[in-house]
Amino acid sequence: MAVAFILVLVALGSVLFHLVSPWWWTPIASNWRYIDNTIIITFWITGAVFVAVILFMAYCVYRFRHQPGRQAHYEPENKRLEWWLTIVTGVGVAAMLAPGLFVWQQFITVPDDATDIEIFGQQWQWSFRLPGPDGQLATSDTRLIGPDNPLGLNRDDPKSQDDVVIEGGELHLPVNKPVKALLRSPDVLHNFYVPEFRAKMDLVPGQISYIWFTPIRTGTFEILCAELCGVGHPQMRGKVIVQEESEYQAWLQDQATTNFARLTPGTKNGAVLPD
Amino acid sequence: MVDVPLGSTAGVAAPDVEDVELYHPHSWVTKYVFSQDAKVIAIQYSFVALSVGLIALVLSWLMRLQLGFPGVFSFIDANAYYQFITMHGMMMVVYVLTALFLGGFGNYLIPLMIGARDMVFPYVNMLSFWIYLLAVLILVASFFVPGGPTGAGWTLYPPQAITTGTPGGQDWGIILMLVSLMVFIIGFTMGGLNYVVTVLQARARGMTLMRMPLTVWGIFTASFMALLAFPALFVGAVMMLFDRVLGTSFFMPAMVEMGQPLDRNGGSPLLFQHLFWFFGHPEVYIVALPAFGIVSDLISTHARRNIFGYRMMVWALLAIGALSFIVWAHHMYVSGMNPYFGFFFATTTLIIAIPTAIKVYNWILTLWRGNIHLNVPMLFALAFIVTFVNGGLTGLFLGNVVVDVPLSDTMFVVAHFHMVMGVAPILVIFGAIYHWYPKVTGRMLNDGLGKLHFWVTFLGAYAIFFPMHYLGLMGIPRRYHDIADMAFVPPSAHTLNAFITIVALIVGAAQLAFVFNLFWSLRHGKEAGGNPWRATTLEWQTPETPPPHGNWGKHLPVVHRWAYDYSVPGADQDFLAQNQPGPTRAAPEAGHG
Repeated sequence: MAVAFILVLVALGSVLFHLVSPWWWTPIASNWRYIDNTIIITFWITGAVFVAVILFMAYCVYRFRHQPGRQAHYEPENKRLEWWLTIVTGVGVAAMLAPGLFVWQQFITVPDDATDIEIFGQQWQWSFRLPGPDGQLATSDTRLIGPDNPLGLNRDDPKSQDDVVIEGGELHLPVNKPVKALLRSPDVLHNFYVPEFRAKMDLVPGQISYIWFTPIRTGTFEILCAELCGVGHPQMRGKVIVQEESEYQAWLQDQATTNFARLTPGTKNGAVLPD
Repeated sequence: MVDVPLGSTAGVAAPDVEDVELYHPHSWVTKYVFSQDAKVIAIQYSFVALSVGLIALVLSWLMRLQLGFPGVFSFIDANAYYQFITMHGMMMVVYVLTALFLGGFGNYLIPLMIGARDMVFPYVNMLSFWIYLLAVLILVASFFVPGGPTGAGWTLYPPQAITTGTPGGQDWGIILMLVSLMVFIIGFTMGGLNYVVTVLQARARGMTLMRMPLTVWGIFTASFMALLAFPALFVGAVMMLFDRVLGTSFFMPAMVEMGQPLDRNGGSPLLFQHLFWFFGHPEVYIVALPAFGIVSDLISTHARRNIFGYRMMVWALLAIGALSFIVWAHHMYVSGMNPYFGFFFATTTLIIAIPTAIKVYNWILTLWRGNIHLNVPMLFALAFIVTFVNGGLTGLFLGNVVVDVPLSDTMFVVAHFHMVMGVAPILVIFGAIYHWYPKVTGRMLNDGLGKLHFWVTFLGAYAIFFPMHYLGLMGIPRRYHDIADMAFVPPSAHTLNAFITIVALIVGAAQLAFVFNLFWSLRHGKEAGGNPWRATTLEWQTPETPPPHGNWGKHLPVVHRWAYDYSVPGADQDFLAQNQPGPTRAAPEAGHG
């Protein structure tokens, strides 16, 4: 009796917790509402299955508890029932997988009009690089990193002349413009994660990974590192500031003038690869 | 379909292997220390694994203290915190759960349940335990070396695992961890070969594969998988050790370390992740399948009902085992690997939900129309179903590639895997200990203490991990020593963290009641007799309890029926032991196994 009752409480309590809990996702600030929708579908399907299974179990515990004279039913298998359950499960799984794969296709297909930016994570800070007026980022190499070239830009690449480097600062983005973020790390794994954007992706030394998103509302959001990167991991924070186009352009102009000087070709670690 | 006539061995294969002469111990040392008896080895394995479990429990307390009350305990700095989580994770997954299920339950139950006298390679079996103990000692030694244990996270991802920004990365910690894992795998391979060969070669007459208890099926499949999966970890560990000690670049690309260029080039950090998870995902099922098997037997025995859909249960076990080798990269959706892999791995991962769901249905359908005795092992089995279903369902979030993107690397993941491969299998372990303790010692564990232990552990663990999912949904990353100053985290989340910590302390303390019960009942427990649960399987039919070396006295048992003849209509009692001749209802026989 008590056991069945507690099982019911666990099932219903979990649903109640889900409905009244103050802990829920942050208001979304990117185009990935589809991801939220897929999560909601998944919550509904899995929640229904969870409640059904536990309540059925509680019913059995109550109805078939040991009493004098009771004998269990002997039935090794029931092919029909087993196949039905298998098919219903398959349909439920497909109902979650199909939208999931559909949205994943969108997640990895970068729109043509996305602007390239670079997000550079190192132990334990974020830096950023924006293309200048030419709209293109210069090539880079970890082996070029030095005191006067913190991101390892290839200064032989003419595109490097107008790249805007923001070291350990804030990333500004214009609202409603799709962005393709190229992710690069010179040391260990990191992960670029903005909870409000829903998107996240690892930065892997030795390769360049990417994600794309479109910020859909202005505001300041926190960048977290979501891949363990040593003792400073929790302190590896940054800010992304989503602005109206006009404000963004004003900020960019300002950056271009202040940062341009730092990017004139270096004298020490320039153009020649160390090996 | 085979019906065995009363009092004969017709229908039972003639013995094709002569009964073997066992090694006989000559002294106290060879009987109890360097023992070749699988049952003694099982107790040794279990004792060491449970001791490691207690260390891991204390480590979890320390990390929860930091998360619940950040800054209050100044000795838990970031270094220490990462060392605690790393050691807790690795200890629990490998040195506790794997060792306990396979080395502990496998050694005790396989020979007894299939009607063998011992493992087929008793000497190798003994070596397996001592090498395991060596691995444990190497691991624990890392607490006492300069720099302390590694703090790289239990996944040990390079390059950070072997660079200066990580505790133990340039000290002894990571070296000892890798060496310990390699030693563990060597020891496990010795045990694993034994478990597999014993099941295939040493079954009693009449014990066809399709008559074996699901416990044996689960442990057998898991051992087989472990033999295939652990080598991937082994080579990963060797390569990382070379990177760390010899300066090779298997996993090290051209990179800088704290601003200084390193003399490495061309390695791939992702390569390690693939090797790790090629081991790591099957590992989840290496822990889960023995639990599936054991819980099937607990439910069937205590509900006095045949397991529902036995053949489907066996095929589901095998399907899960096979599929688990082609889902590994679902741990890597946001790792920067080729994103098109996501389609394949999401599909295989969700397909694995189907055989898993079949198992759950068949457990609850075994309860249906049963005669349910709410003994302590049954309570744990019920709690297993609750936590396993909960954790399995959240796996559908994380397996479904795009849903994983916001949730990956958050507390949602921590909650998910603790529920599904921490809490659920541990509840089975407890249930199994309450169930088989009477066979091991001849005495029952105290029932009142058992119930207290059960309710605190089950409800407490659920209260710890269920709300934790919602912290992850909010966006709180895992492996954060401190979540202060996060703009999106409301104060209520810190309250929840403090609540979780307090419950974790209580649940941890409740384990003391269990440990006390284990020792107290050795002397003061109720006499159990040979078959206190009135179970069908062979281990309960031994001539003596606890079974002596060689298990069966003069004659090996002969098996006449499957493992689940409970409440057979017309029988004069509600169970028919597997070695009992006599009329049977036609049990499902898939050919002859």
